[in-house]
Amino acid sequence: MITINVNGQDHQVEAPENMPLLWALRDLVGLTGTKFGCGKALCGACTVHLDGAPIRSCVTPVGSVAGKAITTVEGLSKSGDHPVQVAWKTLNVPQCGYCQAGQMMSAAALLANNTNPSDSDIDQAMQGNICRCGTYHRIRKAIKLAAANSRGESQS
Amino acid sequence: MRRVPAEISRVLDDQQSFPVNRRSFLQLSLVAGGGLGIAGWLSGCSDSTAFVPSEDGFNPNAYVHVKADNTTTVTISMSEMGQGVRTTLAMFVAEELDLDWDTVKVQQAPGDSTLYGDQGTGGSGSIRDNHERLRQLAGRARAVLIAAAADQLGVDARKLKTENSRVVAPDGRELTYGELAAGAAALPVPDQVKLKPTGEFRILGKERIGIDIDDILQGTATYGMDVRRDNQRFAAVARCPSFGGKALSFDREAALAIPGVDEVFEIPAVGAPVHARGGVAVVAANTWAAFQGRDALNVNWDLGPHSNESSKNYSRFMHEAVSGKGAHVIAEKGNAQAALERASKVRESVYEVPFISHATLEPMNCTAQVADGRCTIWAPTQFPNWAKGAVAEALDLDEQNVEVNVTLLGGGFGRRINPDFVVEAATVAQKTTGPVQVVWNREDDLRNDFYRPPAVHAIKGGLDASGRLDVWRHRFSSAPIRGTVSGKTDDAQGNSEANGASDTPYRIPNTVFDYTALHSGVTRGWWRAVHTTHTTFAVESFLDEMAVLADADPLAFRLALLDEASSVAASTPEQFVPDPRRLAGVLRLAAEKAGWDTPPPDGIGRGIACAIDHRSYAAEVVEASMEDGRIRVHKVVCASDCGPVFNPNGARAQIEGGIIQGLSAALGEAVTIEKGGVVQGNFDTYRLLRINDAPVEIETVFAETDTAPTGLGEPSVPPLAPALANALFRATGNRMRKLPLVG
Repeated sequence: MITINVNGQDHQVEAPENMPLLWALRDLVGLTGTKFGCGKALCGACTVHLDGAPIRSCVTPVGSVAGKAITTVEGLSKSGDHPVQVAWKTLNVPQCGYCQAGQMMSAAALLANNTNPSDSDIDQAMQGNICRCGTYHRIRKAIKLAAANSRGESQS
Repeated sequence: MRRVPAEISRVLDDQQSFPVNRRSFLQLSLVAGGGLGIAGWLSGCSDSTAFVPSEDGFNPNAYVHVKADNTTTVTISMSEMGQGVRTTLAMFVAEELDLDWDTVKVQQAPGDSTLYGDQGTGGSGSIRDNHERLRQLAGRARAVLIAAAADQLGVDARKLKTENSRVVAPDGRELTYGELAAGAAALPVPDQVKLKPTGEFRILGKERIGIDIDDILQGTATYGMDVRRDNQRFAAVARCPSFGGKALSFDREAALAIPGVDEVFEIPAVGAPVHARGGVAVVAANTWAAFQGRDALNVNWDLGPHSNESSKNYSRFMHEAVSGKGAHVIAEKGNAQAALERASKVRESVYEVPFISHATLEPMNCTAQVADGRCTIWAPTQFPNWAKGAVAEALDLDEQNVEVNVTLLGGGFGRRINPDFVVEAATVAQKTTGPVQVVWNREDDLRNDFYRPPAVHAIKGGLDASGRLDVWRHRFSSAPIRGTVSGKTDDAQGNSEANGASDTPYRIPNTVFDYTALHSGVTRGWWRAVHTTHTTFAVESFLDEMAVLADADPLAFRLALLDEASSVAASTPEQFVPDPRRLAGVLRLAAEKAGWDTPPPDGIGRGIACAIDHRSYAAEVVEASMEDGRIRVHKVVCASDCGPVFNPNGARAQIEGGIIQGLSAALGEAVTIEKGGVVQGNFDTYRLLRINDAPVEIETVFAETDTAPTGLGEPSVPPLAPALANALFRATGNRMRKLPLVG
């Protein structure tokens, strides 16, 4: 039995140590908000936070995260009001939406450390997250909007 | 027993992938003997045998349900893959029924052609094929609510107004739809109502946020892979690495030894048109155990009849084929041979594109259960009707004993039209008990697709003495999609592969289009925009080359080929007639927005291209440069014409997304075949566009011609690659004719 802490709650999961955290979350804990896209840390759909830092849960063994705080998209806010979620909604970012949990988790981590990201900061932080529907244009704008909102500025 | 002829004959109509109205679908289903009753769905009349209204609230048809709590549930019959149908189709109902948008809920219809007709979602057809019906049904419901209010308020119905889910009387008294629902349910529904004039729209044509956005942003939306039924298990299937092969032996015990693995068994392949690959299924308690169990199988494969096929051989065949006359003439006008001989200037160029994959970010998956002679499916499918028929046939069940529930789709792009992954899950479920979710990993998905075909186009053109384009000789070769559908490839299938080449409205006096089919074991299918993803690349690149030869501006060169003076026969639902004025219109609009007449900054080249795709018109201007050997796309302007735009926010999103997908394919996507199987397995070798390579500036503008609405899911894809190649030519002097552009 492995105990993992997800969104502030402890969960006991019966899993081999090498089961990727992604599958423990989806199949054992029952949180399906974190998505599978590639299984090799190439697409970013599985991004969650480990003690606040973004990781790819598809290549992170569940045995290696015991005792750390895991945050998934379900725990990003109580009711969808994280600045990233608010900006994503204002600009109607998602199309199919499948990649967006991972996109938002990466964006949230960027903004936690950078209150005014440049285009190249955004490129750097977000190029691991693929969007096949092609919402990059809106993702970039939404990151800047979330940053501006968090700084208390209105954006034209 | 052929159970799916009606569905298949629909998707074979490649000039416009799906028939555009119920009449043609009905004709097809009657001809094919598919026995699809449509009695209920058209009017949703209460005397239809198919539709059974809810006893709760006011439910006059299969789409609209006003409840006592004053919410209205709109049933969406098309699949949501990000193109926004769940929002836009609800907007049609909300407008005509004067609903308070905050009270609107949507629910997804299962596959049921008696209630909903043809639910095949693709061909940019959801609005085109549903707007009229939904508005009419909503308008009739509104009429009944007014009648109920007239009774209850003792007021002449003609004096009553509706707004925000309420009926309002002249003296200010009002009743909510919720209060009226029970009374309305007892009243007859009129056969026909007049629809709201466009000038009175409060919802259509206005900005709207996607109706599922809260679920998506909070991680509670249910995609196919998120389906969780009681006692659900998970399965992975080992499939032959080369197309058409089969398993000879495998290590069952090694797989069973993996903790969590329950069962290991073979499943059969299913032939054309379904093409379920068959293989060895591993059923386990969770997804990881299923994948681990499959890895342990160590399958010994008979690689099958295509194991000596390769992209290199395909390419060689196609190049040879276009170096001489093709096997089948698709269309011919005038005398191309004579015109080439007398031309003042002649040019010939050869273009090539590879197989490409849909690569939906959510890989294929399907949850299925077979019990007591019934099969229940939960699938992210674009075409529940085909899936239903194909499952019934594969499992030898009556269609009425197959239920197909449609989840959200994590991308579709045409991949999830094919029912292979649904039939596969059904065959797994049939061999065990309880609900089983078959999950494909990325390697499974990239290697078992229905790919956009590879193609080679050789175009030879000639200018007359005045620099006008007088002759166009177009030879091409590809692996036809029809060959996959029918299971047999032949050259005459080129007639359905030439959309975007032989049917443009450019006025060229002498033309010939011919085709030679490439035989291939690789399964081919419909990749967003379909044929125009390669025909338009060749056509719009070569037009540009001819413009250069004529020393003409490429915009002016194209406009000179479009007859804007003669009148054009109106398109009918059965027959699309391209309108040169609308193509000229988007060309001019894109050029204007892009500042075509002012030179671009140093080092940046500007290219233009256009396309007619699935009845809509799009033109794009791309600004690009080469920086340190890397292609940089600075800006894309797209002008499109789909008639009226009902959901502008969603419309812009579709244009933006199509541009990104077109750019992704142009820059980096290629599937290569070796030993009859796909080489690429994941996103390290199948390179999708990422945010750092996406243009920072995208501008969209709509020419809203006053005509019947057509779609926007696909039209912005085809012009991108040629506009980019044209831009790079102007930036560097180098003409690129092979995709992907980055080797």
